[in-house]
Amino acid sequence: MRDVAVVGFAQRQMPQFDGSPTCVELLVPVFKELYEQTGWTRKDVGFWCSGSSDYLAGRSFSFVQAVDAIGVIPPVNESHVEMDLAWAMYEAWIKIQTGEVDTALVYAFGKSSAGVLRRTLALQLEPYTMTPLWPDTVSLAGLQARAGIDAGLWDERAMAEVANRSLTDAEKNEYAIRKGGSSVEELLARPMYADPLRKHDCSPVTDGVAAIVLAAGDKAREVRERPAWLTGIAHNVDPMGMGRDLTRSPSAQRAGAALDLDGVEVAELHAPFSHQELILRRELGLGDDVAINPSGGALASNPMFSGGGIRVGEAAKKIWSGEADKVLAHATSGPALQQNLVCTLEGTL
Amino acid sequence: MSRTLQAPVTVAFDYTRSTGPVIGRFFSGLRDGVVVGGRTSAGDVVVPPLEFDPVTHEATTDFVEVSSVGTVTSWTWVPEPVKAQPFDRPFAFALVTLDGADVPMLHALDVASPEDVSTGMRVRVRWAPERIGAITDIECFEPLAPGEAEAQPLVEVRASASLETKEDDVTGVITTVSLDYNYAASPEESLFYRGLNEGRIMGQVCPTCQKVYVPPRSACPADGTPTAEEVELSQTGTITTFCIVNVPFLGQKITPPYVSAYVLLDGADIAVLHLILGVPADEVRMGMRVKAVWKPKDEWAYSLENIDHFAPTGDPDADFDTYKQHL
Repeated sequence: MRDVAVVGFAQRQMPQFDGSPTCVELLVPVFKELYEQTGWTRKDVGFWCSGSSDYLAGRSFSFVQAVDAIGVIPPVNESHVEMDLAWAMYEAWIKIQTGEVDTALVYAFGKSSAGVLRRTLALQLEPYTMTPLWPDTVSLAGLQARAGIDAGLWDERAMAEVANRSLTDAEKNEYAIRKGGSSVEELLARPMYADPLRKHDCSPVTDGVAAIVLAAGDKAREVRERPAWLTGIAHNVDPMGMGRDLTRSPSAQRAGAALDLDGVEVAELHAPFSHQELILRRELGLGDDVAINPSGGALASNPMFSGGGIRVGEAAKKIWSGEADKVLAHATSGPALQQNLVCTLEGTL
Repeated sequence: MSRTLQAPVTVAFDYTRSTGPVIGRFFSGLRDGVVVGGRTSAGDVVVPPLEFDPVTHEATTDFVEVSSVGTVTSWTWVPEPVKAQPFDRPFAFALVTLDGADVPMLHALDVASPEDVSTGMRVRVRWAPERIGAITDIECFEPLAPGEAEAQPLVEVRASASLETKEDDVTGVITTVSLDYNYAASPEESLFYRGLNEGRIMGQVCPTCQKVYVPPRSACPADGTPTAEEVELSQTGTITTFCIVNVPFLGQKITPPYVSAYVLLDGADIAVLHLILGVPADEVRMGMRVKAVWKPKDEWAYSLENIDHFAPTGDPDADFDTYKQHL
């Protein structure tokens, strides 16, 4: 296997972006930031891969138009996934492993606010027996949260503790769109929204873009003194239906079990709902000594198609800065933690 | 003036899907007022039936009829229903394990408030007045009346032999999808459409390669540089290539034959697609010089349709070398 590291990361997040769903306007400055971080020009990028979906904002072929932000003369080596940035990164990692390229820039964009996000996402469900009922994302998460409460695996207090810690940590994150912790008591005193979920248990609708740069071997060492080496990456998927045991996430467990998680100091978990962090900690076997989501996590902001990849970027920053030697990043997709990607990043090989 | 032009837009389409034998069997049951599950190799009865066994990967062939009465295993309140959900007033989504089944199924539960639902409560299927063979044949679940739970006998799970495929089984389902968006143009597109609303054709220049784009784009597609400098284009240009439309299609506004052409406006580096009128279709040619013909001003909007068509200027044709880079 080739040694591949995360060497660049940039993001933009906002409650409501008033521009085009192609988000070229946001991607151009993000790419510029990455050229500055790496010292590269676009011609130094061997492979490009994006994550987005036209359903999100109703603009057809938005991923083709987003390519304008790259500039394609001379032509570029480019691909797209209708998945989160973290899966675009996985494709780029494979591409580098093949030896065809040494570097990659992956990006994702989404204007969730253009439609009703929790409704739009019903289109990712099983189309015969689920989509016609339009089960919204919040409802499906609510069914999962209740299942765990009824089983005695967590309670509203444990969920509020996750939210309070996330909103407190988010105060230090300039990109977080919801921030400001108070106390578990104060959060529990707030009204129920989608019983058993309060609004702070649900990630806020977020528009935004994010991008990650990967490089192999010496190319990575040229960019950073301390590249964040991708020492493990795996992803798995559970069945679509809601008939499974919703209190567990076998796909997250299996992805984590494929990696060496010993010594992880920080974990950035993509948990768009507070109880999902509790499921993930259990499935990944993360102890109390692991710092969870110091960025504030997805409860502070969660741009569709970037939210998972942002976890990778935030985790990588801990390696670059020397704050940690080994970190974990996780991304999810689909309803109720159906699909999960886990990777480890380390400062030394 | 807001930064960008925005307008509501609805994207709607019907998905027509074949069901296959397993989902078809399930939908046929719903149409006939019975709930059909499928037995897995582990012996579990799953509703809706799985098309393939999760362990052996064999197609499901063992169907059983389960009760239309069951138990809530989880629920969530829906305080603000979204369009096309089973109810347009607050309701619950619930996971319900029907008597005779081993795993729960998802559907709406018609209760007035979260106080009226609890895990473990007994509910029954409320059938839709008209059933067509779709998941919506179940209108929702509804609570059993007090005392009714005990009175409701558990159905005996029927053997698969009584559930053989019939000729009138459901084979297809149509799912209507309609999505409402607030659609925004980019700042550059907004410049273009605002210009059209004033009778002008606006473009932008790439500061790196000096190419002029119309409509303007957020970045030059050749080199990725934002195109900031605005430029008003000439309303006269050259036909670079064209096609004669002879085929009628749904929504066609003009009677064929007519000519659809790429017009390279003088000073622009990218052609715009538009209609050519004022000349017989068979006389349109590459290099023909044309000019914009606008609709009456009171019909203008933020639209390229403000230009009704392009018509020949009568000037001599442009030399091929002047537009060969733009083909």
